[in-house]
Amino acid sequence: MLTVRGVHTFYGNIEALRGVDLDVAAGEIVSLIGANGAGKSTLLMTICGNPRAARGTISFEGEDITHEETYRIVRRGIAQAPEGRRIFPHMTVIENLQLGALVAPEEHFEDDLRRVFELFPRLRERQTQRGGTLSGGEQQMLAIGRALMSRPRLLLLDEPSLGLAPLVVRQIYDVVREINEQQHVTIFLVEQNAFNALRLAHRGYVMVTGRITMTGTGRELLTNREVRAAYLEGGQPTVRVGG
Amino acid sequence: MSARAGSPDFPGILRDSGLVALVALFLAFPLVGFHTIDQGGGAGMGIETRFPWVVVAVAAAFVGRFLQLALLRTHAPVAVERSLSRLGEVFQRNTVWIAAAAITFAIVLPMLPFADRRLVDLATLVLTYVMLGWGLNIVVGLAGLLDLGYVAFYAVGAYSFALFALHFDFTFWMALPIAGLFAAAFGVLLGFPVLRLRGDYLAIVTLGFGEIIRIILLNWYPVTRGPNGISDIPRPSFFGLEFTRRPAEGEVAFHEFFGLEYSGLHRIVFLYYLILALALITNLFTLRIRRLPIGRAWEALREDEIACRTLGINPTNTKLSAFAIGAMFGGFAGSFFAARQGFVSPESFTFVESALILAVVVLGGMGSQVGVVIAAIILVGLPEWFRDLQEYRMLVFGGAMVAIMVWRPRGLIAHRDPTVRLGVPQRPEPSA
Repeated sequence: MLTVRGVHTFYGNIEALRGVDLDVAAGEIVSLIGANGAGKSTLLMTICGNPRAARGTISFEGEDITHEETYRIVRRGIAQAPEGRRIFPHMTVIENLQLGALVAPEEHFEDDLRRVFELFPRLRERQTQRGGTLSGGEQQMLAIGRALMSRPRLLLLDEPSLGLAPLVVRQIYDVVREINEQQHVTIFLVEQNAFNALRLAHRGYVMVTGRITMTGTGRELLTNREVRAAYLEGGQPTVRVGG
Repeated sequence: MSARAGSPDFPGILRDSGLVALVALFLAFPLVGFHTIDQGGGAGMGIETRFPWVVVAVAAAFVGRFLQLALLRTHAPVAVERSLSRLGEVFQRNTVWIAAAAITFAIVLPMLPFADRRLVDLATLVLTYVMLGWGLNIVVGLAGLLDLGYVAFYAVGAYSFALFALHFDFTFWMALPIAGLFAAAFGVLLGFPVLRLRGDYLAIVTLGFGEIIRIILLNWYPVTRGPNGISDIPRPSFFGLEFTRRPAEGEVAFHEFFGLEYSGLHRIVFLYYLILALALITNLFTLRIRRLPIGRAWEALREDEIACRTLGINPTNTKLSAFAIGAMFGGFAGSFFAARQGFVSPESFTFVESALILAVVVLGGMGSQVGVVIAAIILVGLPEWFRDLQEYRMLVFGGAMVAIMVWRPRGLIAHRDPTVRLGVPQRPEPSA
């Protein structure tokens, strides 16, 4: 479904991605883990065309999207719950969801809205509240719900667990699994919280300073000694295994 | 300040008042202390000193500041602030009724016994600014694009009507859509180079754009007649009926058609209703478009451009449409201005106008439709009403501005009305 080949991305002179290869197949949950600054979010943003890849190709459902405008990429069926959630703080929950639905056909709106409210009953309770007055967990729910309103086939999630209490994280991960299993949305997830992300994922990738260093099924990576040392037991990310 | 709690700290207050008096001295010495006079008899201008006035100004500043710190700080402003914000809440809860009442009042205003020519004229002026404020509100309030050159579109509208009338004998009604179209085109023209700019940078460029248009009007003599302006612009007619005492051969005047005694007031009242209608159209349009995808996209763009992109919103089209539509209403208002004055010149389209329109929007509360009306009455209506006070009327203007900034720093109606209200039974229907 999503194919990333040899992608390099620069911020000025800094090479944030140094030749990334990665695949996401339809129906999968794929997690990308790595330390702070490894380039995970950059990869997610590059898939959406902002910033653009300097070299390499990105294709979605067989079509090259490397040089497309961000909003066109989104309209192809890739939705993103971006880093820092980026909900619209002065707009109500329902207005935020409406904005997510701008690119979707209008006749689906009521159904989609009901589905999002079923996934996140909290959003239904708070639908007339302004986005900025929600708690962190509710804001994350809103960001995911808003992304779902565009009826994506691929959902990109950037650190959905950031700054949330463990219980809320579990709740959100349960919903992500539900979205994948019941609504058949493919999910590509970027996380520092390796344990949860790998447990959820069918497959995982490990990124270190702009390169993919390891890949495998979620279970394989979870039990891998180096991954455990670097990401699960509080060690430093020193893993350098050719991937 | 330290005087906020407990007994006032008098040495501190005295020091503070002294500082304010010192500032007043610096300002008053050149501004109030010297006065140019005409010496008459060809002797030219002379300078007169008015130092007693300086003393008065300094003393007033000292005493005013002292009283403010000693008395008001501890009690009044908190109360004032609270009652003002409560007033704001009442406003928001009853927007529908207040809007209905305001519109009704606006409609019957010219029929009221105290409505003389001066009042109707003034109301027309205020409504012009209300319309401009509502137009600019689309760009600044909804889309969040700070535009300091809005007067350019006002000018484009006014000059398009003036020129089309001059060269092709267009009437007001024929020129109105063209003026809107031209202004919208200029809006896009401004929009393109500033697509990537935000905030301060955008403000500077739009400021420059406003000046460019004015300077072109001033210097492109063969077309615009430069500083002389264009006069004899035809007055708008009432569905083809002219407002003249003696109509041209073969035409019927308004008063003849309706069998009325000729009165100069007819046209004044007609112009008033015309701008009222134009302003209300602007308002209805804005209220409606906020619920449409394009309007939602504008508001989303104001809040977070990156999030907009990730939601599939095309920021280029969204910004350009905001500039174009905001400009279009500026253009409509401009051609009304030209029709009302019968004369346009570049002098009417200086930066001060842009600043005044922006002040109406910002002090009214960004994005608030009702706020714009109140701010226009305060900022345009009051100084005009107090014209008898001559230069002191600007004191009213300045005072009103300072008072709003101190007590309502986010604007008079600093509240964004949600566009949807599902499942909130205690709330009335969305505002009209």
